[in-house]
Amino acid sequence: MPFEGIGASVRRKEDVRFLSGRGNYTDDINRPGQLYAFIRRSDRPHAKINGIDTVAAAKAPGVVAVYTGADMAADNIGGLPCGWQIHNKDGSPMAEPPHPVIAVGKVRHVGDPVVVVVAETKQAAKDAAELVVIDYQDLPGVASLRDAIAPGAALVHDDVPGNICYDWHIGDKVVVDAAFAGAAKVVKLDLTNNRLIPNAMEPRAAVGEFDGHSGDYTLYTTSQNPHVIRLLMGAFVLHIPENKLRVVAPDVGGGFGSKIYHYAEEAIVTWAAGKLRRPVKWTAERNESFMSDAHGRDHDSTAEMALDASGNFLALRISTLANMGGYLSTFAPCIPTYLYATLLAGVYKTPVIYCEVKAVFTNTVPVDAYRGAGRPEAAFLLERLVDACAYDTKMDRVAIRRQNFIPSDAFPYQTPVALQYDSGNYQATLDACLEAADYAGFEARRSAAAAKGKLRGIGVSTYLEACGIAPSAVVGSLGARAGLYEVANIKVHPTGSVTVYTGTHSHGQGHETTLAQLVCEQLGVPLGQVDVVHGDTGKIPFGMGTYGSRSLAVGGTAMVKAMDKIIAKGKKIAAHLMEASVDDIEFKDNKFTVAGTDKEKSLTDISLAAYVPHNYPIEELEPGLDETAFYDPKNFTFPGGCHIAEVEIDKDTGIVEVVNFVAVDDVGRVINPMIVEGQVQGGVAQGIGQALLEHAVYDDSGQLLSGSMMDYTMPRADDLPNITVGTEITLCTHNPLGVKGCGEVGAIGSPPAIINALVDALKGYGVRHIEMPATPQKLWAIIQGGTPRMAAE
Amino acid sequence: MYDFAYQKPSSLADAVKALGADPDAKALAGGMTLIPVLKQRLNKPSVVVDLAKLGLVGVSVAGNTVTISGMTTHGAVAADAGLKGKIPSLTELASHIGDEAVRHRGTIGGSLANNDPAADYPAAALALGATIKTDRRSIKADDFFQGMFATALEQGELITAVEFPAPEKGAYEKFRNPASRYAIVGVYVVKTPGGVRVAVTGAGQNGVFRHAAMEQALSANFSPTAIANIVTPSDGLNSDIHASAEYRAHLVGVMAKRAVARAY
Repeated sequence: MPFEGIGASVRRKEDVRFLSGRGNYTDDINRPGQLYAFIRRSDRPHAKINGIDTVAAAKAPGVVAVYTGADMAADNIGGLPCGWQIHNKDGSPMAEPPHPVIAVGKVRHVGDPVVVVVAETKQAAKDAAELVVIDYQDLPGVASLRDAIAPGAALVHDDVPGNICYDWHIGDKVVVDAAFAGAAKVVKLDLTNNRLIPNAMEPRAAVGEFDGHSGDYTLYTTSQNPHVIRLLMGAFVLHIPENKLRVVAPDVGGGFGSKIYHYAEEAIVTWAAGKLRRPVKWTAERNESFMSDAHGRDHDSTAEMALDASGNFLALRISTLANMGGYLSTFAPCIPTYLYATLLAGVYKTPVIYCEVKAVFTNTVPVDAYRGAGRPEAAFLLERLVDACAYDTKMDRVAIRRQNFIPSDAFPYQTPVALQYDSGNYQATLDACLEAADYAGFEARRSAAAAKGKLRGIGVSTYLEACGIAPSAVVGSLGARAGLYEVANIKVHPTGSVTVYTGTHSHGQGHETTLAQLVCEQLGVPLGQVDVVHGDTGKIPFGMGTYGSRSLAVGGTAMVKAMDKIIAKGKKIAAHLMEASVDDIEFKDNKFTVAGTDKEKSLTDISLAAYVPHNYPIEELEPGLDETAFYDPKNFTFPGGCHIAEVEIDKDTGIVEVVNFVAVDDVGRVINPMIVEGQVQGGVAQGIGQALLEHAVYDDSGQLLSGSMMDYTMPRADDLPNITVGTEITLCTHNPLGVKGCGEVGAIGSPPAIINALVDALKGYGVRHIEMPATPQKLWAIIQGGTPRMAAE
Repeated sequence: MYDFAYQKPSSLADAVKALGADPDAKALAGGMTLIPVLKQRLNKPSVVVDLAKLGLVGVSVAGNTVTISGMTTHGAVAADAGLKGKIPSLTELASHIGDEAVRHRGTIGGSLANNDPAADYPAAALALGATIKTDRRSIKADDFFQGMFATALEQGELITAVEFPAPEKGAYEKFRNPASRYAIVGVYVVKTPGGVRVAVTGAGQNGVFRHAAMEQALSANFSPTAIANIVTPSDGLNSDIHASAEYRAHLVGVMAKRAVARAY
């Protein structure tokens, strides 16, 4: 049998299905008698709705129903719930204004749903939607953070003064201020983290269905976490008990966080299916994705580092404004707080840290987690600030990092911002990355580029993140309204093949392969005899889904615990069959053996006995070999590493070419090296996208200017270099697999590496910081405006 | 898209008649602009007249003149050996329009008739001094382009072919919009026995234009240094979230110098 267990780069089982067009995505699902919903969305950033005339639309050919927010209110439908409550500095809860499924009274961003038309065909629904007359009264809008908090700014929610959702902080301000007062040097940097639009390849879609005989609802939806959707939509929006609501998230074509949240369209099709007694389908058009999928990032921050005369970090002080958009998306409040500010120690032993965060409502699409979720914002801020420290103190960029690293013998390490790191070796990932990138040889390459008229620079980022979310009690104390454990059900079938039912969800990550490899490793079952089932509340006991690089650390551990139970039960059966003491039974490589003898039974012998219990310890043991485990993690996991980017800027145009990119990450134990490499490459591609290309641009009033692929620049293959991926491992100490997570590291570590490289390339031009995305025009302006000085300065 | 009637005539006369009779009729060439516009419901034609069966396909070389039929795709132009022998810079331009799928469908006649201010072919037609042949007349490129999405074509008038005189040499340099990959600035420089022609696409608010100052300087001295000090005014240039008018003005100079240096 070929080696298929932990560490084997086996090919992805799911890829044959995807590559041959046999995937089953939500839009592929069509139910008998299905109707189509089209959503007329607000084209106004901010307006009062004086009236909606649906008479003509309702009479249009093929139209079955026209719904507005008033119809939902008449059915006592609740608003979309927020899953995390943050408290202000003074202990009071955050402002949590209503989030109607369909707008009521006012629209608050371009894309806000206003009218739903349900018809026999999508074309008929779309035609009729144009006949709806909406009497808007435009209101002044606010799009940018600075405008939204300015005195006298228009209020997105009338009862949220100053548009402030919350004013939160972490750390001891008095202690930090005192450290700054006594510091030899203070380095300050203002920086923005640009707003991004996720753009999963598969647009969101939803099909609602209702069985009038049983009263059962089914929702097929593009979700990363169907059980969470069942809980949120059933309990808080539509008031459907869990036993009457099945949520299926079939093949999903990319999520990156944007498919975590409970969206209006899921509630709309499910509710409409119940009212009309017919299935109702909605599929987003790409332009709807731009204005209705939750966006990512969008921070404005001021960061200050206090240093002693030798360049040791003494204290860090941060003030951040975070854009929430027009409403609170499901997990929005926790992103710029517990997934951001708690990461500000990074890989450094900075003894005291204070961070305050104001979350701000604006007339823009809601903002929530997007690949990295808070940690890219923290890593960008910190790794840019550290480079600014080197710049201002004229210290070497690598040396100042080494000097301030948490030493490898300091773990477990308690940071001043709540987290306790279990393991890491930051010198090792830095050393490996410096070598792989030939950092030592860079100046020769800079000179060679200069001879061709190009400005070449190199940038280093030594980042850290927290994933494997999360210990339920910890996140509960921080405001989470859910637990974050994971669930696995392992069925060993009578003839020894295995089906895994996992509460995690794969939407590109390759779980059907990686999770199966855990079974190969632990139970010795060949990969071809292991299937992984995910994404269906009707099949899987429970689960919290996939985000925050948690599937292996939390979901994988739940599998290990369930397989431990399988082995423990199997040993009892084996002891009975081989007339030995259970204490003498060992299990290895698919076989139960009696220690010190040649007696053995295969897993198949045992499973057959368990399902055909003719010769079986029936008095003391139930038949069957089917175990479930819930696993609540003890801590977050802390992947980290070093990314090095090398760039060349064309002086005439400002065009950047990323000529080399090396990532050396500590993701804990690697199950499938090929999949890890792919995950890191994908993450780096998104990070390069953020650093150089992607930007959701609103005008001052809240009109989305980058509302299509014509103006929003997604990274393409020819924008990207060959990305070298390496790993330098320390094991996670609190889960049995030693895994940390690899899904987001690429997007977290890479943006500061790129910007650090660009600042280095332009160091002859007096530039200390460049905002993302670093477009050619921006770089050209620096080259034009800066005074060229000797590159040797 | 909205409902519309669809016709696919097999003679030029029938196509012209169908289009001329109805101001709301639209001609469909490759559809690379029209189809997305229809899908976004930005246009509501009464009838779409598909030109695919008119036989207007192919490239022919006669002496120093290359004639490209109106419905010839960008891909076919890019791959045409005869054309490449005469005007290699034009096959190269065609090979960089849009992406593979666009080049497989999009046509030269469709592109010129649409006159998108960021399209590549208008720069080629203007720089090379092409003659646009229609069902009823010949139009000089200098008279053809009349502002953004506006041309000299009459209602229902169809481009049947485009005639290009082969130059001594030429080159097209394009600075792409990073998102759409259309030209933010594209400059086509052509050297002919009668002088140098420089056409700029992507930059101008009124679409493609000739750069008189550069033409004059290059006609006297065909080298990048001849235009190194020519400042293109930013007045009348486009400004958007990707590039200001000043940046575009600068890029016109950069692209022109590169085109001169690379002309072949």
